[in-house]
Amino acid sequence: MDSQISLEMYKQLRRIRLVEDAIARRYGENEMRCPTHLCIGQEAPPVGVSAHLRRDDLVFSAHRSHGHYLAKGGSLKAMLAEIYGRATGCASGKGGSQHLIDLACGFMGSAPILASTISVGVGAAWAIAMNGEDRVVVVYFGDGATEEGAFHEAMNFASVKKLPIIFVCENNLYSVHSAMEVRQPDRPVAALALAHGMPGHTADGNKIEDVYKLAGSTIERARAGEGPSLLEFLTYRWMEHCGPNDDLAFNYRSPVEVAAWKERDPVDAYRNLLTSRRVLSEAQIRDVDDEIMQEIEKAFSFAKASPFPAPPELTTHLYPPEP
Amino acid sequence: MIRQLKYKDAIREAHAQILRDDPQSYVIGLGVPGPTGIFGTTKGLQKEFGEQRVFDMPASENAMTGVALGTSLLGRRPIMVHMRFDFAVLSMEPLVNQIAKWHYMYGGHMRTPLTVRMIVGRGWGQGPQHSQSLQAWLAHVPGLKVGMPTTAHDVKGMLIAAARDDAPVVLVEHRWLYEVTGHVPEEMYTTPLDKAAVVRNGTDVTLAATSYMTLESLRAAEMLSKIGIQAEVVDLRSLAPIDHVTLDASIARTGRLVVSDIGHSIFGVCAEVIASVTETSFSHLKCAPCRIGLPHVPTPTTPALADLYYPRAIDIARTAAAMFNAEHRLPAESRSASGWLDAPDPSFTGPY
Repeated sequence: MDSQISLEMYKQLRRIRLVEDAIARRYGENEMRCPTHLCIGQEAPPVGVSAHLRRDDLVFSAHRSHGHYLAKGGSLKAMLAEIYGRATGCASGKGGSQHLIDLACGFMGSAPILASTISVGVGAAWAIAMNGEDRVVVVYFGDGATEEGAFHEAMNFASVKKLPIIFVCENNLYSVHSAMEVRQPDRPVAALALAHGMPGHTADGNKIEDVYKLAGSTIERARAGEGPSLLEFLTYRWMEHCGPNDDLAFNYRSPVEVAAWKERDPVDAYRNLLTSRRVLSEAQIRDVDDEIMQEIEKAFSFAKASPFPAPPELTTHLYPPEP
Repeated sequence: MIRQLKYKDAIREAHAQILRDDPQSYVIGLGVPGPTGIFGTTKGLQKEFGEQRVFDMPASENAMTGVALGTSLLGRRPIMVHMRFDFAVLSMEPLVNQIAKWHYMYGGHMRTPLTVRMIVGRGWGQGPQHSQSLQAWLAHVPGLKVGMPTTAHDVKGMLIAAARDDAPVVLVEHRWLYEVTGHVPEEMYTTPLDKAAVVRNGTDVTLAATSYMTLESLRAAEMLSKIGIQAEVVDLRSLAPIDHVTLDASIARTGRLVVSDIGHSIFGVCAEVIASVTETSFSHLKCAPCRIGLPHVPTPTTPALADLYYPRAIDIARTAAAMFNAEHRLPAESRSASGWLDAPDPSFTGPY
């Protein structure tokens, strides 16, 4: 593993973790007034995938999208301002945490109706293919999305047209509070790929280098015009489905299970691995954190100092301007 | 000689001109390149414009609508066709949750220039799942433009306008209009997506209507004129946005209103028109407005019940005449040769 790439991936993992931690710490101030789905524990898939993406590649996501957005290069300031409902937000405050967008880096949008952006990503991949470009599309979704018909319809069409798209399922075992075993038969999500005539792979979504390797080969495949793939990354959400707290009180998953997954912290694990490889020093660990914390503080200050949208914004953007 | 085309041929002509005019445009739908070409409206287009502009698709109304959205984000301008509105019901998630909202909810950063044609069936026992007119659903959703062209002229102009509009536009087409002729200029032209049309002038009562009910209203106006009531007929053409200016001006002239729509009355187009007119033009109204639409039951298949289900010109005329206590002066309705009313009235062939 190239040490430069390793170091960069560690920084990205740590950045997403610290951003989510900072949101969780301040959420109780009740100034971020929108449903916010934190991705703590699930940082590795977006980082490992994005490490292979060019700026002009496109990413779509669902509701738990902060990590996907940040890993693709989305503006942290614009994201926080969006969550704070400010005019400087990436969607002018009209979208919130669930509707992030940053076209400058190819983050094409996130939406919370589970499978809804999957077909949109397929459409983008189709447009790319029709233009004869070598860009690829990545669409992230959770295990719940694979239970919606739109997922299968989109997979089917992507396969018919051999489109340059990678379907990335972050399987965190729960759809809100409903466990896998009441929702799906006992088979890997990745096995669904076979039914749709494309390769499917399952990997440990908490091991960033496993993610990185698998993403690399499938993205290369898509870029070469060899068609779509489905990747399933097994991972785990530490926090409640939506909001800044843990949810042990709900008793839908056991404290033992949660603790076991926290033992397998993807960020800590990678820090330890890189330390043992002597790619990362104690000083570097501190510097990385210092740099990220400064960026986060600045971004929060920017967001909180930004104005709210002016009243006329209520009705602007209903329709685009007349041609 | 004024150029006359059938409604369905005007649609095909619009498609061809759009495909020729804008290389980013494409047409997609189940059966679009097929042998019958969506009742003739897309027939031969693939042969003329190629497989990269005119597409068939899997029977995946939901995801394919999302796919069309995805292509539009990269500059393509899709026109999606649903042979029956009832199947487009499967596309409500991408249409309502996504396409209608992407421009607004992403703060203006996204544009979704899609056009969706939804065709409404009627007659020959189309029944509960092949005949629904659910345009009120669509008009209820902010962000969508919804048009219901009645004439061959307008369907061509509105389809071209829709294809050029950066907003998502749904056009609802009634099958019984497909064989009706009208004046259609050969050149490419647009018809506004936000304007109603006064299609007959009158002073006594406004008959506002959508789609096929506009033809029924015109015929009702003929009946009324024979008993001395001069009806003005307003073809609404667009539901979203709705043309309040034209409606209000007509009510100011006539003081009476009968609204007819091809969909259900309850929570429907007529309800909205009457509510808005009552809010803005109450002082002009000489009597309570009336609405004529489908009863609140699913479409029955047997002609014995379907004939009772669909309101007709005589119902509009009676309702308007009742506003003058003149209902009894209307002549009795004539029946078709078959005795059933499940085929388009042969006297409705136009030109309109």
